[in-house]
Amino acid sequence: MIEIASTIAKIIFIFFLCLSSLPLCVWFERRGSAWIQGRKGPNRVGPFGLIQPVADAIKFFFKESFIPTNADKVLYLLAPLLALAAPVAAMISIPFGSYLLFENLGGNDQYKIPLQIVQSDSGILFVLAFAGLEIYPLILAGRASNNKYSILGALRGCSQLISYEIAMGLSILSMVVIYSTFEMNAMISYQQNHLWGVFINPIGALIFWVAGFAETNRLPFDLAEGDSEIVAGYHLEYGAMKFALFFMSEYVAMMMVSAFLVTLFFGGYALLPGMNFCIQYFSATQNTIAIFQFLSLFLKVAFFMFIFIWVRWTLPRFRFDQLMHLGWNILFPLSIINLLLMIVLGYLI
Amino acid sequence: MNMNMNMNMNMNMNNTKTIINVSRKIGLKEKIYLYALIQGLFITLKWFLRGFFLGKSNTISYPEEKRNYSNRFRGMHFISVDENKVENCTSCYLCQTVCPAKCITIIAEERYRDNDPFHYGVRKEKKPKSFTVDALRCCFCGMCEEACPKDAIKLSRNYELAVQTRAEALYDLKHLTREVIGRG
Ligand code: SF4
Ligand code: SF4
Repeated sequence: MIEIASTIAKIIFIFFLCLSSLPLCVWFERRGSAWIQGRKGPNRVGPFGLIQPVADAIKFFFKESFIPTNADKVLYLLAPLLALAAPVAAMISIPFGSYLLFENLGGNDQYKIPLQIVQSDSGILFVLAFAGLEIYPLILAGRASNNKYSILGALRGCSQLISYEIAMGLSILSMVVIYSTFEMNAMISYQQNHLWGVFINPIGALIFWVAGFAETNRLPFDLAEGDSEIVAGYHLEYGAMKFALFFMSEYVAMMMVSAFLVTLFFGGYALLPGMNFCIQYFSATQNTIAIFQFLSLFLKVAFFMFIFIWVRWTLPRFRFDQLMHLGWNILFPLSIINLLLMIVLGYLI
Repeated sequence: MNMNMNMNMNMNMNNTKTIINVSRKIGLKEKIYLYALIQGLFITLKWFLRGFFLGKSNTISYPEEKRNYSNRFRGMHFISVDENKVENCTSCYLCQTVCPAKCITIIAEERYRDNDPFHYGVRKEKKPKSFTVDALRCCFCGMCEEACPKDAIKLSRNYELAVQTRAEALYDLKHLTREVIGRG
């Protein structure tokens, strides 16, 4: 009973955390891009323009919601839902803290609530499975909306994702070789006890990071959208709230990839240096530690979100053949060599 | 035949003379791409921090701040007036004739000296009964201004020409002889 209640509480917590940080992300994307380009950005609605995303949301709600005449209605409506659901679902097996400790709960003296929605031995596969679903909204939207630009965007997105997921998978595999586990908590405790993954396997981290951009369709690799070439790509025929769902899903996917990257390579919820001191300052109970662990994960993810936005407003879009070249001729062999290197390293340690 | 030979010779000469190789060897540093990437990231970071901490930006916050256009900017029309607030226009129709967009419509009438309360000092025999400029047709070429012998019609620096209805975009004589702040 308590188990179910705590799981539901955790789901609600993660879901609302993701969704409520979206407006902030959107605001930061717009304001940040303005700062980078020497502009002011949205600064009229609310203090520092912070209420702007709310105004946008209201606008989205009141716009006409249309379905193109020849569109496949079911798939057309399914695509944006799937786009948001897949990255949120992938969040479930990413641990956001070790565990909370409650006393006298449910008949036990001490009751542990692990801060991870699904404690699975194959947590990574779980994340990968849901992250892999992210390609479906692209295909469905492109196919269902009966528009040439959309289908072009969908095709581009597919070939891009395929060419990157191999390199991504191999870099994850190289970390699995090192940690010799599929379980995320075990990975994090390994990193707490030894080194952060990025120091063991910097090339793997770099490959994963680059592939993360492709995975989320962010700017250097946003060929599926490619505004200047194919108008808006796969979500061209979407308007109002349906477009907003696609828009939001991009940020949730960024959060998911950042959280995954942090868990694999940057110690997950392992405390940031200096936080130990803070914990000593308060009280070193398990619950404070868990809160600080959550805070350090949050800060790390926020940092990588910043990098996502920073890179987006720095790099221009890759040409399609350059992207394929990078994916198949550089990252793919590099990740194989890196994997072999890590296997040898694993034997030596 | 002769010309062909000439051309051939020319081409040959060109071929031997003017091969300029603009491509250069791309070194390892450029091939790896990461160096330039990090350079670029630092440039954008610099600008980000400038905006974030110092609040610097090149934006002109329009309704509050206005861009100061040059004196030669061609905006909304006006007709200059003399010291008695009488329009300088003598209805010579030069502007209407020269206007490439055909947007000036003038109806002329005689200026009666005796009955005119503003008669003093006015040495113009004709005056416009009505003078209409259709700003929706106007291309702001400034030819009316060039053609006018009395420097009557002029283009001001006012660039805020938005109106609610089409009728408001028909500038009549009353509108045109308003006081214009700025040039003129
Ligand atoms: S600016 Fe050009 S188009 Fe406009 S009224 Fe004068 S002559 Fe005509
Ligand atoms: S505005 Fe000038 S050019 Fe036009 S009719 Fe009057 S005097 Fe002539």
